[in-house]
Amino acid sequence: MTGLLELEEVARSFGSLRAVDQVSLRVAPGARHAVIGPNGAGKSTLFNLIGGSLRASSGAIRFDGRDITRMPEHRRARLGIARTFQHSSVFLRETALENVLLGVARHAGVGGSVTRAALGRRHLLDRCLELLDTVGLAGRHAAPAGSLSHGERRQLEVAMALGAEPRLLLLDEPAAGMSVAETAGFTELVAGLPEHVTVLLIEHDLDVVFELADRITVLHLGRSLATGTPEEIRADPEVQQAYLGATDLEDLFPPPEAGS
Amino acid sequence: MSAAAAPPAASAGAGVPGSPHAAGVQGTAAGLDSGGGARRRLTWIVGAVTVLALAAAPWVLDQYTISTASRILAMGLLTMSVTLLTGVAGLPTLAQAAYFGIGAYTAALLARAGVVLGPAQLLAAAAVAAAVALVTGSVVVRARGVTFLMLTLAVGELAHSAAIQWRGISGGTDGLSGIPPVVPLPGMAPLVNDGLVFYYVLAVFLALFAAVGGLTRSPYGLALRGIRDNEARLRATGYPVYQYLLVAYAAAGGLAGAAGALWVSVLRYVSPGDLSFGLAALALLAAVIGGIGSMWGACLGAALVVLVRDYVGGLDVPLTDYRASGPLLLGVTFVMVVYLMPHGIAGTLKDAMVRLLRSGPAAPDDSPPGDSPTERA
Repeated sequence: MTGLLELEEVARSFGSLRAVDQVSLRVAPGARHAVIGPNGAGKSTLFNLIGGSLRASSGAIRFDGRDITRMPEHRRARLGIARTFQHSSVFLRETALENVLLGVARHAGVGGSVTRAALGRRHLLDRCLELLDTVGLAGRHAAPAGSLSHGERRQLEVAMALGAEPRLLLLDEPAAGMSVAETAGFTELVAGLPEHVTVLLIEHDLDVVFELADRITVLHLGRSLATGTPEEIRADPEVQQAYLGATDLEDLFPPPEAGS
Repeated sequence: MSAAAAPPAASAGAGVPGSPHAAGVQGTAAGLDSGGGARRRLTWIVGAVTVLALAAAPWVLDQYTISTASRILAMGLLTMSVTLLTGVAGLPTLAQAAYFGIGAYTAALLARAGVVLGPAQLLAAAAVAAAVALVTGSVVVRARGVTFLMLTLAVGELAHSAAIQWRGISGGTDGLSGIPPVVPLPGMAPLVNDGLVFYYVLAVFLALFAAVGGLTRSPYGLALRGIRDNEARLRATGYPVYQYLLVAYAAAGGLAGAAGALWVSVLRYVSPGDLSFGLAALALLAAVIGGIGSMWGACLGAALVVLVRDYVGGLDVPLTDYRASGPLLLGVTFVMVVYLMPHGIAGTLKDAMVRLLRSGPAAPDDSPPGDSPTERA
């Protein structure tokens, strides 16, 4: 069975640093696939290679059977790859609605339209409000994104990504900097995404990972250490060994700490 | 979205403003801008009064002043082309005077060759300027920030040098004179009266102002603002940034070219000074004074710059033997605007308008907190 996203020995070097080193990965359609690993493991670089903001030095990336290794970023987005960024990345001076509209209008094929008529005709603004509602930003549509709180911006980012009706959603550390309540809400939001949206997730909060993911890949120093179900990853001795040299499972996957 | 329809707990403390949802949707559907109906009504009223005042101008102003007003309108269009790139798309440019000059020379050459019909001159000037902008833009638009500014400066200087050197076509430093008066529509008499020329310029100005205004409010305009705010984000959303900027650059070039054609219709003379660095800097100055990103602000900025330099600058200083110095006054004006109105004329007026509407009884207070008034065109 082929995956929606397939990476074959993908590598990316910055000078002598091999940030991503011969990583092979298969993300099945409908999967909730998490990538974990310590800082500097190459997780974000891997996302940039998949999203297209960086080109792979070698290897091949296929999306839905198509080779996208050298495809420009905006065309990958059009194929259905949407992403959120590690540091929330929104259009600060535009309203929340306009932020979402950029994705929605682009998907509807009127992103470059020079008249506003197309928006009303296709009920695109209603769709934007619906998405804001979905992520919990109802009533905030007229607020400039710059006036939203950190947690709200992350919610907005998800609405923006969903607005492009993605088949693959890349979430780069979505829970970073969120309060416990915000994280819980966010987890609920991702868990509630429909089946046809495949999710690939980078996350440090292992509670979130184990709650959401049905498959986990561990990256360490740019290499893929192991891929498996959450149970397999918990039990993998190699993961324990390499990941911080931990000898005890409790060290590797510590119980949740409040208030981080 | 089935299960996700329930808002996550995270939104509980988000401080949702109390505006009724349905009313907010109505307001949004009518325009991408935030802001209520009262604000929109006031905008319409101010716009209508401005157009009426402009239409009445030839009846009350003398010939020289009305000719200055025509030049202000042409300068306003040039400043709008700067604002489209600098304020909307975030690319600070010094090249617009080059495309303005290319449009001016195109119109002048056509007029001297017997094509005196205004719309034909305008179309040709805009087309030639846009074509040159497309070619130069294909290189320039790859750069950002100061590099972009320097490249556009180079474009401007090259065009200026070409106008001086290419004597066979441009007339060199003497420029091109003896340009016949413009004919606004087929069958009409040539416009020799300054007041009638003003009406012709005003009509073209209003049409182009409406077109540019529509453009900045369209999804395409929103995408340009997205490039200014967060280019990486926009690219990841699926927008081909380079193509979008190139089209904007060509469009701004065409707009500047049309402004150049109007300039020739007003002055009936063109020289290399009309695509000099001085004019490019003046247009950028007017865009900044007006409040970067706002189209009507750009026009007010252009008006202030032209009035200060050409009108006030020529007056006698009371109680002395001196005459005022235009450039000096311009410098003083610029410093004062930057200090007193950091968001430009448009930003300051918009602030005042928002305050006025808030204090008024019928004002729906639906503008969100922290709504900086500067960015909306």
